[in-house]
Amino acid sequence: MKNIALLARRELGAYLKSPMGYVIVAIVLFIDGLFFNIKVLGGTPKFSAEVLQLFFAVATFMSAVAAILLAMRLLAEERQLGTLTLLLTSPVKDYEIVLGKFVSALIFFCGMTALSIYMPLLIFVNGKVSVGHILGGYFGLVLLGMSTLAIGLFASAVSANQLVAAVVGGALTAAFWVLYWGTPVMDPPLRDLVAFLSPWKHLAWQNGIIHTRDIVYFFSVTYFFLFLTTQMLQARRWR
Amino acid sequence: MIAAQGLSKYYGDKPAIADVNFEIERGEIVGILGLNGAGKTTTLRILACLLLPSSGRVTIHGMDINENPHEIRKQVGFLPEEPPLYQEMTVESYLTFAAELRGLSRAVARSRTAEVMEITQTTDVHDEIIANLSHGYRKRVGIGQSIVHQPPVLILDEPISGLDPVQIVEMREMIRGLKGKHTILVSSHILPEISQTCDRILVIQQGQLVATGTEEELTGRLTGAHLLHVTIRGDEQKAMEIISKLDGVAQCQLGHVHAEASVHDLRVEADRDVREALSREVVQAGIGLLQLRPAEAELESIFLQLTQSTRARRNGKQASTKERSRPHKEVSR
Repeated sequence: MKNIALLARRELGAYLKSPMGYVIVAIVLFIDGLFFNIKVLGGTPKFSAEVLQLFFAVATFMSAVAAILLAMRLLAEERQLGTLTLLLTSPVKDYEIVLGKFVSALIFFCGMTALSIYMPLLIFVNGKVSVGHILGGYFGLVLLGMSTLAIGLFASAVSANQLVAAVVGGALTAAFWVLYWGTPVMDPPLRDLVAFLSPWKHLAWQNGIIHTRDIVYFFSVTYFFLFLTTQMLQARRWR
Repeated sequence: MIAAQGLSKYYGDKPAIADVNFEIERGEIVGILGLNGAGKTTTLRILACLLLPSSGRVTIHGMDINENPHEIRKQVGFLPEEPPLYQEMTVESYLTFAAELRGLSRAVARSRTAEVMEITQTTDVHDEIIANLSHGYRKRVGIGQSIVHQPPVLILDEPISGLDPVQIVEMREMIRGLKGKHTILVSSHILPEISQTCDRILVIQQGQLVATGTEEELTGRLTGAHLLHVTIRGDEQKAMEIISKLDGVAQCQLGHVHAEASVHDLRVEADRDVREALSREVVQAGIGLLQLRPAEAELESIFLQLTQSTRARRNGKQASTKERSRPHKEVSR
C-alpha cells in the first residue's frame, strides 16, 4: 500500500509538472464547453433534464478520449526513458507499479472532470434539474474514465512508445463501443454477449440512474485490463 | 557474496552469455571487461534481477535470484548505462523517492538523501530539475540512487561512458571511495578504467568468460612474462648487456630513441619480477636509471590477444564440433 501511494504521488507530480497534463485538460474542457454552447444550449428549447443528459453524452466521449491520452505515457514513457529499470530493480511488486500509476491517472482524471461542474450548474440559471442527476452523471463519468484508463494503461504496457500506446488504446476502446452497432446482424447468445460488453448498454447514469450491473460492468473491465497490464509487466520484466 | 554457476541467457537461439561461472568476495571491486555486445550488460542485468537467466544459478548473499528476487532487490543497487532519472524531478526529491522505493521510511530517506548528495557531490544542484543537469551530474545522481539504500552489492554498468577526462577522474575517485561499504561490480570496455579502479578483472568475450585475475596475473599469464619499460641515460649497448645477463630476463630490446642522444628506452621481458636486481645492476654499472615501470600500456594488446584468441578458438571449435559449452581460459588468483 505504501509503495502504491509513493508511486501514485510521484506520477501525479509528473502530471502536474509537465505541460502535457494541462494541455489535455485545457483541450477537453474547451471542447466540452464548445459543445455545451452549440449543441446543448443552442438549437430548439429543451427540458432541463434533457440538457443535462446531452451534456453528459458529450462529456462521455471527451472523457474517454482524455483517459486514453492521460494513460498513454504511464508505462510507455518509462520504457522510452529507461526509468522502468528503477522500478523493476526495486523491491516493488508488479501490481503495485500498475496500481500506483492507475491511481494517479484516476485522481488527475477526477480533478479534470470536476472542473467541468460549472456547465451543469449553469442549467440552474434558467432551469431546474435534480442534484441527484448531476451526481449520478459524474459518478458514471468516473466509472467510464476508470475503465478507459485501465484500457489505456494496458495499451501503454504493450506499446514501445506513447503514440503507439494512444493508437492501441484508442482502437481497443473504440472496438468496445463500435461492436455494439453490429449486434442487429448477430444471433443470440453472441448478440447478448456483445451488447453486454459494450458501454452503450451501461450509460443509464447519463439520466441520473445508477444500476448495480453498470457498476459491476465498469469495475470488471477495469479489473480485467489492470490484471492484463500486471501480467504484461511481469512477462516483460524477465525478458 | 556473489556466485554464478553455469549462467546462460539466450535471446531466441542466440546466446548473449553461455556457461559463465564466477565468484565475487565481499568487499571486492570487480571489473567486467569486454567489447560492446560481449555480454557484460546481460550479466549485470541478471545480477540486478532485471532479467531471468535461461539456465544456471546465481546467488547473492546466499539467496537464489530465481527464488527470492524481491529480497535480493533490497540488497542490490543498480546503475544502468543510461541512468534511470525522472526528468521533471529535482535531484533531492528524486533521491528521496528512490530511497523510499527501496523501503526506507520518509525520515530515513531524507537523511540518506543528504548523505548521498555529499558523497556524489550533488548538494550544490539539490533543487535543480534533472532535465537541466549536465551528463556528468546525471551520472552522479544515477550513482546516488544506486547507493541511497546502502545496498551490500553495487552494480554499475559503464559508469564512465560519455564523461569528459575530468569527470572520469572524479567518477573513478567516487567509485574507489565506495570501496569497503559495498561489493562493487563495474563494467567497462575501457581497459585503463577497469585496471585502475578494480581489484580483479573478469574478461568476457562473445558471451563467455575468457579470463579472470588481476591485471598483473592476466599480463603474466598471457605473455608468460613481466614486462618492464626502462629508461636509461648512458651507453645503451652496455645497459642491454647487463640487463640481458640478469637471472630471469628473457629478452631486452631497444625501444623509442629520445631526442636527447644519450637517453634510451628499453623493453625488458622477464619471467619474474626483476625490478630490484635490474635497478641495482644498472646503477652500479654507472648508467643513469631514469625510469622503471611495468608496461601498463600493454594491457590494450593483452585485451586484444584475449578476445582474438577466444574468437580463433571458437571458430576452430565451431568448425569441428557443435558442442555448446566450452572450457574457458581461467587465470586463478
